Amino acid sequence: MRNPFDFLDKLLEHRTRLQIMGVLVANEAFEFTELRELLQTTDGNLATHLKALEREKYIAIHKTFIERKPNTRYKATEKGRNAFKKHLDAMEEVIKHQRN
Amino acid sequence: MKENLSYQEDLASVRNLMERSSKFISLSGLSGILSGVYALAGAGYAYQVIYDGEIRRTISFYFQHPQDVYQLCVIAFLVLICSLATGVFLSLRKAKRKGQSLWTISSRKLLINLLVPLVAGGLFTLILLSRGYFGIIAPSLLIFYGLALMNASANLFDEIRYLAYSEIILGLVAAFNPGYGLLFWAIGFGALHIFYGALMYRKYDR
Repeated sequence: MRNPFDFLDKLLEHRTRLQIMGVLVANEAFEFTELRELLQTTDGNLATHLKALEREKYIAIHKTFIERKPNTRYKATEKGRNAFKKHLDAMEEVIKHQRN
Repeated sequence: MKENLSYQEDLASVRNLMERSSKFISLSGLSGILSGVYALAGAGYAYQVIYDGEIRRTISFYFQHPQDVYQLCVIAFLVLICSLATGVFLSLRKAKRKGQSLWTISSRKLLINLLVPLVAGGLFTLILLSRGYFGIIAPSLLIFYGLALMNASANLFDEIRYLAYSEIILGLVAAFNPGYGLLFWAIGFGALHIFYGALMYRKYDR
């Protein structure tokens, strides 16, 4: 039998990144400022985690201009959704495993 | 590798966040209760307009007295405006209290999901009205309202979905009983709003 820890996603072990993925999986898209407000983090902190998620192609960035103001939207990719789901399942396995 | 407890906390926090971010949690149960009260008041007033004498009026009566129809429309419209204003005001207040913004991608999506069937239903009902299908006005409003709520329910509290089912069923029953439009209207927009509004108020507002 494989160890349930093997299925955990290194990138999503960090709570803020896990939370970002959760929000983007539950919603079609989210803006940077909305994410910052919801997660109550700083600009720099949020940007770092978003960049890490983007590098792995877990999220996609859509940059547009609304009334000449830059507007950045983030969406979860198919890969990101799958990774998120697998990580959640793995977390549940670990909790179950350790309880027994 | 982390502690077991930490995984449980992570799971709980992410679940909570998914729920909070996708639902329009600023909707206040109080606005449901109040719009129900407005609807009942409007229905009471409309009742006086329609049944001021001994005779029960038939459809042909309304053809000869368009001013009564017009008056009923004004009452319904006033109820709608008051309910919307109350809903917006109380949502703003609740959002402010919780330090959240009302205008998010989710709430914009919610508004479109809600408004498209609602406006289509409203226009369709006005067309029915202009063509004299008085017996089907209340059922049409109830059914379209129920469908609009259903369409928007993904971003709303679960209670709204039950309200949607109730409105649709009530609308269908009303369609079988022409002549009792006002009664069904009072149940659908008055009693049901108060009932589900109170449920939501108890569960989320306090």
